[in-house]
Amino acid sequence: MEQNELVVQMKGISKIYPNGVAANRDVNFSVKAGEIHALIGENGAGKSTLMKILFGLERPTGGEIIVNGEPVHFSSPTDAIEKGIGMVHQHFMLVPSLTVAENIVLGMAPRKSGLFIDYKQAVDLTKEYAEQFNLHVEPTARVADIAAGMKQKVEILKALVRGARVLILDEPTAILTTQETVGLFRELKELKAKGFTIIFISHKLNEIKELTDRITIMRGGKTVGVYETDSITEQEISGLMVGRDVILTVEKDQSEPKEVVLQVEDLNFVNEWDKRVLDGVTFSVRSGEIVGIAGVEGNGQRELVDVLFSLKLPEKGSATVGGKSLIGLPQAMIRELGVSYIPEDRMTFGIADIATIEENMISDRFNQKRFNRGPLFKMNELHKETDQLIVDYSVLCKSRSQEVGMLSGGNIQKVVVAREFSSDPILIIADQPTRGIDVGATEMIRKRLVELSRAGAAVLLVSADLNEVMELSDSLIVFYEGKIAGYFDDGQWDDIMMGEYMLGLKRQSDEEIARASYA
Amino acid sequence: MLSLLQSLFKPDFLFAVLRITAPILFATLAAVVAERAGVVNIGLEGMMMITALFGFLFSYWTQSWVLGVLGAIMVGVLLGLMMGFFALKLKTDIILAGIAINMLGAGGTIFMLNMFTGLRGNTGNLVSPNLLIPTIQIPLINKIPILGEILSGHAVLTYVAFLCVFLVWILIYKTPIGLNIRAVGENPDAASSVGVSVLKIKYIAIGISGGLAGLGGAFMSMYYSQGWNSGMVAGRGFIALAAQAMGRGEPVGAMLSSLLFGLAQALRTKVSGLQGVSSFLVSMIPYAATLLGLVAYSISLKRKARKHVIKVVKN
Repeated sequence: MEQNELVVQMKGISKIYPNGVAANRDVNFSVKAGEIHALIGENGAGKSTLMKILFGLERPTGGEIIVNGEPVHFSSPTDAIEKGIGMVHQHFMLVPSLTVAENIVLGMAPRKSGLFIDYKQAVDLTKEYAEQFNLHVEPTARVADIAAGMKQKVEILKALVRGARVLILDEPTAILTTQETVGLFRELKELKAKGFTIIFISHKLNEIKELTDRITIMRGGKTVGVYETDSITEQEISGLMVGRDVILTVEKDQSEPKEVVLQVEDLNFVNEWDKRVLDGVTFSVRSGEIVGIAGVEGNGQRELVDVLFSLKLPEKGSATVGGKSLIGLPQAMIRELGVSYIPEDRMTFGIADIATIEENMISDRFNQKRFNRGPLFKMNELHKETDQLIVDYSVLCKSRSQEVGMLSGGNIQKVVVAREFSSDPILIIADQPTRGIDVGATEMIRKRLVELSRAGAAVLLVSADLNEVMELSDSLIVFYEGKIAGYFDDGQWDDIMMGEYMLGLKRQSDEEIARASYA
Repeated sequence: MLSLLQSLFKPDFLFAVLRITAPILFATLAAVVAERAGVVNIGLEGMMMITALFGFLFSYWTQSWVLGVLGAIMVGVLLGLMMGFFALKLKTDIILAGIAINMLGAGGTIFMLNMFTGLRGNTGNLVSPNLLIPTIQIPLINKIPILGEILSGHAVLTYVAFLCVFLVWILIYKTPIGLNIRAVGENPDAASSVGVSVLKIKYIAIGISGGLAGLGGAFMSMYYSQGWNSGMVAGRGFIALAAQAMGRGEPVGAMLSSLLFGLAQALRTKVSGLQGVSSFLVSMIPYAATLLGLVAYSISLKRKARKHVIKVVKN
């Protein structure tokens, strides 16, 4: 194949959903053979839709797709795979209880005696490809037991085994550690050297600068521009993406922590597969400070939050707010203690998507006296409250009676945050508060968190975005395998050091870790 | 009490346990195959009722018990596919589709029996020994004193039931279809992303499930009850769902939990023969056991539903 030949051309692609929402409007996108091409844009810019169309998961309402010079019409991923297009999804498309080899051969399992799976051949095939492409995986390990980095390799191998020459990676670094990301980039560059073409979807500008050759920027369902990566600065990209310059750092004063608000003592949790996911966790969060919890996902952070908000019961240990135990308390009572909660999974725990903005915003306060007159609501008061919150948190919507589910991710999160931040909380548990939302909303949420903490709230921030925890936190706790691996309160941390603690390469002494508790 | 205990250790009791377990085992394996593909086959009870009737009718019409059993399997597969059609193609809630089949099993069978034979409620005088599933003596094993009395002399289908444990295990773990079934049941998106047709796999699984239920139905009318009557399945289809859950969807686990329910049922028969024990109380034993099993089932279902919600939302 000739260098610089276009392997994929998408011309004038439109995607208009039956409800009238246009995700793509006359989008042009093309990729040269053997390049790493970044596709970037805010949430809702239409890049995921465009890639779903290219992978046959969605059908365009207009436009044409040309792969290797030949017009194609994909009606399913199988068609796309046949034409050499593979996709690594943001949420892994793996079956946890199957082994790595079984996942790789799923749908094309080698047979023996015509009837049975030739498992050995599946393992050999996996090994062969793993070696050829320097993607090391354990063929016989169950996917449930392997780390995110390896799962990603399995996904890449899955595509390669199926003959993919063009790989679409949808935000592949979102769940990886710094070290794993470095490894992934090395592997991708190797693939590029072997002549593979890679489409790389990301929000992270530094990664794009480091890895890619060209960039296509999307905004509002359209292509804004195509650039050689070397010819454009991060600030320029950011400007094109959001249409304005976003300051990616948060201004904050030195914290002055006061009394302990949240005290966690020797918390232990064993999950349904008998794995000890929280192992003797002890720490405090004091009024006026932001305590960040960093860690690779799956090291107990989620369980910690679930226990604190009484979604799970710990095996042993205690968690108290202002001296009152949270364990097993109904959520309404936890809220009465002054605890606010920004859940990681906003669509399930943060909002009710078919309810209105108003109903979602008042869901924690509708039974307060000021909104009720006998058995009836004071509707005017509710409207006033909601409208005020919509203005205060600049929620972009048609009206307060719009369905929350129709909003963009960033605006949905603004609804959650408006409710949670406006109830005068003494403790805010913020779990991945800015995951997958646009830069504008992210910036606002971060700024408000700092403001609230400086006004006296205690903030527990759990985030997989290393930059976020490092930037916002006054002190940092690193989780590794359900334990605290390190506690840092001097503000002196960088990502290399965090990575070492997050991956378990380093661990502080018990005395150092004990400093996390101020009780 | 002592005499009861003594009688429990007699070969004829253990023989009875195996005999009583067989139909539950068929139904439990049927539940396992469906469950592994992510389909809750709550229509097992009705499927067994209907296949029991047709198994008997086919054997009566053809005067061959083999064709009767095959007919029951065929009707079972068709019922499975029908339920699949309702749930997968027409997008009815699978639970409702299952309940519809159960209603059909309860009322429709009486109607069909009447339509085909003019009889009411049971097959009565149509039954003749040549229509029933024969029993076989296993050579050599039937010579072993106690073991022979327990293991030998069962109906052909009793052995088939236990053989099916192995076959279902092979199916699930050693064949490409089984791999697809497990993948579809656990992460349908993953399966479809590599070109596995989720719909097709679910149809296959529910079809196999129906076929296994058909074997269970045939066993009931063509051996266990020696003819069809309207109350004969008596909750075995639901007991099977409990047994499936207790066995955690594993074929061997399914067998062990089926044996447990078989034991409870056999125990009832024994205890009800005792003086001074309320027969109403005693007849509760298998159902109380089922209730406990179902509690286990609902807990596992709840967990699964929660995971499902989260998964749906994330995608």
